[in-house]
This record gives sequence, C-alpha cells and structure tokens, in this order.
Amino acid sequence: MDRISTAVLREMYTHMLRIRRSEETIADLVETGEIRTPCHLCIGQEAVAVGVCSILNRDDYIWGGHRSHGHYLAKGGSLRDMMAEIFGKATGCSRGRGGSMHLIAKDIGILGTVPLVAATIPIAVGSALAAKMQGNGRVSISFFGDGATEEGHFHESLNLAAVYRLPIVFVCENNFYASHMQLMLRRAEDNIPKSAEAQGIPGFRIDGNDVVDVYRATRSAVARARAGEGPTLLECRTYRWRGHVGASWDMDVGVKRNDELRDWMPKDPLARLRSVLTHSGISDQEFNRIEEEVSAQVQEAVRFARESPYPDQSEVRNHVYCMEESKRS
Amino acid sequence: MRLIQYAQAIREAHAQLLRSDPRVFVLGQGLWSPWYAGASLKDLDKEFTRERIIDSPVSENATTAAAVGAAMAGMRPIVFHPRMDFMLLAVDPIINQAANWSYLFGGQVGVPVLIRAVINRGGEQGAQHSQALQAMFMHVPGLKVVMPATPYDAKGLLIAAIQDGNPVMYIDDRWLYGELGEVPEEMYSVPIGRAAIRREGRDVTLVATSYMTMLSIKAAEILAERGIDAEVIDLRTIKPWDSDLVCASVRKTGRLVVADAAWECGGVAAEIAATVASKAFHHLTGPVVRVTLPDLPAPTSAPLEKAYYPETSDLVSAVENLLEVKKEAL
Repeated sequence: MDRISTAVLREMYTHMLRIRRSEETIADLVETGEIRTPCHLCIGQEAVAVGVCSILNRDDYIWGGHRSHGHYLAKGGSLRDMMAEIFGKATGCSRGRGGSMHLIAKDIGILGTVPLVAATIPIAVGSALAAKMQGNGRVSISFFGDGATEEGHFHESLNLAAVYRLPIVFVCENNFYASHMQLMLRRAEDNIPKSAEAQGIPGFRIDGNDVVDVYRATRSAVARARAGEGPTLLECRTYRWRGHVGASWDMDVGVKRNDELRDWMPKDPLARLRSVLTHSGISDQEFNRIEEEVSAQVQEAVRFARESPYPDQSEVRNHVYCMEESKRS
Repeated sequence: MRLIQYAQAIREAHAQLLRSDPRVFVLGQGLWSPWYAGASLKDLDKEFTRERIIDSPVSENATTAAAVGAAMAGMRPIVFHPRMDFMLLAVDPIINQAANWSYLFGGQVGVPVLIRAVINRGGEQGAQHSQALQAMFMHVPGLKVVMPATPYDAKGLLIAAIQDGNPVMYIDDRWLYGELGEVPEEMYSVPIGRAAIRREGRDVTLVATSYMTMLSIKAAEILAERGIDAEVIDLRTIKPWDSDLVCASVRKTGRLVVADAAWECGGVAAEIAATVASKAFHHLTGPVVRVTLPDLPAPTSAPLEKAYYPETSDLVSAVENLLEVKKEAL
C-alpha cells in the first residue's frame, strides 16, 4: 500500500474535526431552540465525506441529501454561509430559503443538496452525463444513505451510469438506519455492493470509519471515472451517533441502539486518525492548535449567523423562476 | 408562407436547436423508433448522432432526473415522454426537484430543462394510454407549462422553452400532429405566457387549450352561421397563463366558455373560471361554462370513447345554452 503523506492526513483530520465541532455546536443550538430548521447530524460519519472529498478537484460535482453538512464542509463550503443558512438568515448559502437540508456552493461543484431520499442520485448521473458530453473531465460524486438504496432511483441510476459509462462514483453511507428502521428490517440481505454487480460495475465494501480506507477506495474509483471506464459503487459502513434528526441521541424513544453505540464509539473515525497522526509525529501541542483554530472558526460562524439579518419579507416571491439562466440563453 | 404539419414543425424546432446550440440534446424513450414520436422526431438520430439523440432505458424517473442534473451542469436537455401517463413515474424530478430548485437556492442555479409530454389518446387505448394531466403541473410553482395548438406555435414555443432557462413542460396532443399551418423556415420564438386571439367576436369568449382550440375555431364558424359572434382565445401557455387577455375579452363579451380536454375537477378550466370570476365578475352576464372531459378514466370501446371526448357540437351547444340562460335571465 502506498503511503499517504502526513500533510494530507493532517488536512483530513482538520476537516473532520471542523465538521464534528460544527455539528456539536449546531446540536447545542438546536437544544436551546436558537436553531429551528430540522438538522440531521453526521457526527460519527465524518470520515466518509472527508475521505471522498479529499480526492476531488474544486470543479468536481458532489450531490448530497438531508444529512449533508459534512459533505458541504468537506468539499470546501463556507462554514459561515452554512451556519447563516441554518439560522435562516439572508446571508446564508441559500439566501434563507433552504435551511440545513438545502445547501449550495456552486463555485465548488455543489449545485444543491436536497432531502428527498435518493433524489440526487439520478441528478448526479445527469451532471456526469453533462461532463462527459462537455469533455471537461469532471467527476460527479453521489452521496446517499442506506435507505436510498431501497428506492427505484438508485437502481435506475446505476443502470444508466453503467450503460453510458459515466464519470460518477456512487457513495453509499451505510449507517444501518433509515430514520428509526434498522437495515435488516428493510432488506433480506446485507449486500448493498451486490447491486453494482447486477449492473456490471465494480462495487466495494469500505470501512467508512477509516478515512484512509475511504480515501484510497475513492482515489481508485475517481481515477477509473476520469479514465472513461465508468461508475463505481462504494458502500462505506459507518454509524451516526445521534438520532435521525435533531440533537437527540435517540436512546429514550425505543429505538434500540445502546449496545450498538457502545460498539461503534470506540471506532470513532477522528480518534482513529488522531492515533495514526500521533504515530507520524504530530504532537499534542499541534492537536491543540488545530482544535483552537477549528473552535475559533465555529465561533466566528455562529457570531456571523447571529448578527446577520433575516431575509426581507418583501422578497418572499423572488426566485420562483431563475433569471440568471434566462440571461445566459 | 410555407405550410407544414404540426409534427414537422416540432421536428424542425428540434433540428434547428440541435444545429445552433451544442448544449441541446434529447433523452427519452422511443427516439430511435419509427413510431413512438410520429414524424415529430423522425431520423433526428441519423442527422445529429446517437450521442445527442439518446434513446434510453425504460427509466422515466432516472432519465428525467438526469436531464435535470445535466441542465444544472450547463446543458439544455429535452426529455421526451411519448406518453404522459408514463411520465408519472418521473414526478419526483419534475415537481420536487426541477420546479423547486431555483427558489430553494435563492435563484443561484436554474434548471433549463424542457420536459416534453405527449397526450396520446383515442383508438381504444384506454385509461393508462390517454391521460391529459396538464392541471397537475399547472398547480406547481416554478414550472412553466405550454400547450401549442398550431404548427407555428409548436415550433415557436419549443424554441422559447429551450431559451427560457427554467423547467418548461411542453405538452403536445397527437391529435394535432396532422394539422397544417404556416411556419416560417427560420428560427423564431413565441413568447411563453401569452395567449392568442384566433377569432375576434362580441357575444361570447371561448378560451381553449391545445386540441380544443381547433374545435373551438370550428364551433365559432358554426355559431357565426347562427348569428352568434364568438371570440376564440388559444391559451397556448397554461402556466403562467394570460389572464389579462382572457379577462379583457370577457369584459367585452360578458360570457365565458372554457374548453380543456382534460378532467373537469380541479382542472385548467376551473382555474380560469375562478380567476375570471374574481377579476371580471361584474362584467359577466351569465355563468362560466366548462367543456371538459367528464371526471372518469378513459374507456376503450369506441362508442364509449365517443361519449367521453368532447366534440365541436358540444362547444356549439355549450355556447347556445349559455345564451339561452342569458335570455331567460332577461
């Protein structure tokens, strides 16, 4: 196995920590009631977003869903713009029309995340089709959860991408729950990568809590996509520590997860990467510096969001149609 | 001017768009088939390659969503649904995604996709091969919906839809494919959102969509022989529809008959009736009348089909009855 440089690992650690601390802060603000938009936190799953996005170019596309704070930040989205959006402010990335579940950063290939389960999988196929027709070498990444693999969207999309050999990587974050429903209550076999085999494309099972594993698998899949060899499906097995939505841990509502959480928390992707970095010579002092830097960014984003104005009510009818596109015709 | 058929006008618009704009491509089922699209897309794949005229797997949902994604990524796709009924498998990308996208993200990303749906009915095809579902899409903010009735508009509205920059549903009725009309050879667009007066008149306003426009023009000719002067308005776009033109006509005539060959309940005709009733109430001298399909699935057997679809004579009697109501009221 080739070595991944300490600089890259350190960068990935910083990204993952930024996602973790941002979401912990968001969780606190959900609990105090300052944040009201439904927030689906990815605490515990950060390695997937960061491992994948660390391979990508700025103009590659990523598509996400309801649980996409991590994807947005890992691709390089502005934490301030995201926080302001979650606060419902005019300065938010979606100008106060999206909230937590609709994030956009078009300059870095995030054309919109939406919460309709599986909806962005075939849309990602479309951006891959466009990239192929335009010959611009861009790769599309489709992030989705295990629940989305039960939608027709998913199977139709794998087929379309396979038959047209599109430059796309399907990244399933299998956290074993669709809302409150455990994976094995929803399917007969624990075999998500087999869907790829059925379409004649490669499918792999990855340890989604090992950012190095995710990084390496994505690197191969993206190289394959850029070479015109077509799509790949990656099942990244991970676990969300919090409940489906909001700050809760879901322990009190009969969704039986105590044992699972006890198993999964020691597999914390951040702790694992920290241990690798420690072996590579990163000192506690440096970890503290990263922690302080991230903490300052999160506090600054919250301050920015709090101080930003709400959208003016007179603007409620704007943007039903897109004027920018008309001008480009 | 040159006369060509409605279906040929659609094909010509496609060919000119494909020739002039490398972003345009067509995706959908039946594109390489000799019969799915009639003459409306004939041999486009031979002229523009199968890389741009993509006959797709049987996946309405994924192909429509892929067109939506490609549109966001800088292309100008046309998705083709040879039967509107089957397009219902793609309502997520149309309604949840394409329609909402601009608003959701504050107008930063548009979805310049043309979704073409063919109303393909009659001939004992039955309930799942006959539906005219324009009202469902008219209901949705963020979509534009056009229903050309003439060859001129079939070409001009298709070009306008591609140039619009927003998701446009282009709904064409196969019963119109053989209509002949004047069509300029050059590229031109017909403004979305504007209705057209097909015949001026003083006694009653007949507002029609798509195929019903042709019946309304015939009905107006019959009515003229009987001394009734009907104004015929071809709606052309049903979202956003031209309420100014319709209301102005009703202010002149005082009477309104709306003809839409789709279900009555919650339909296009209902929307027009409600709007006119609120904006031009004091100018109405009689009730607003709708000529639509009955609220039933389409039957197959020929006599039942005949009972199901409105004909020119239904429009004539609707107008005559309305004028009778007027006389009785006096």
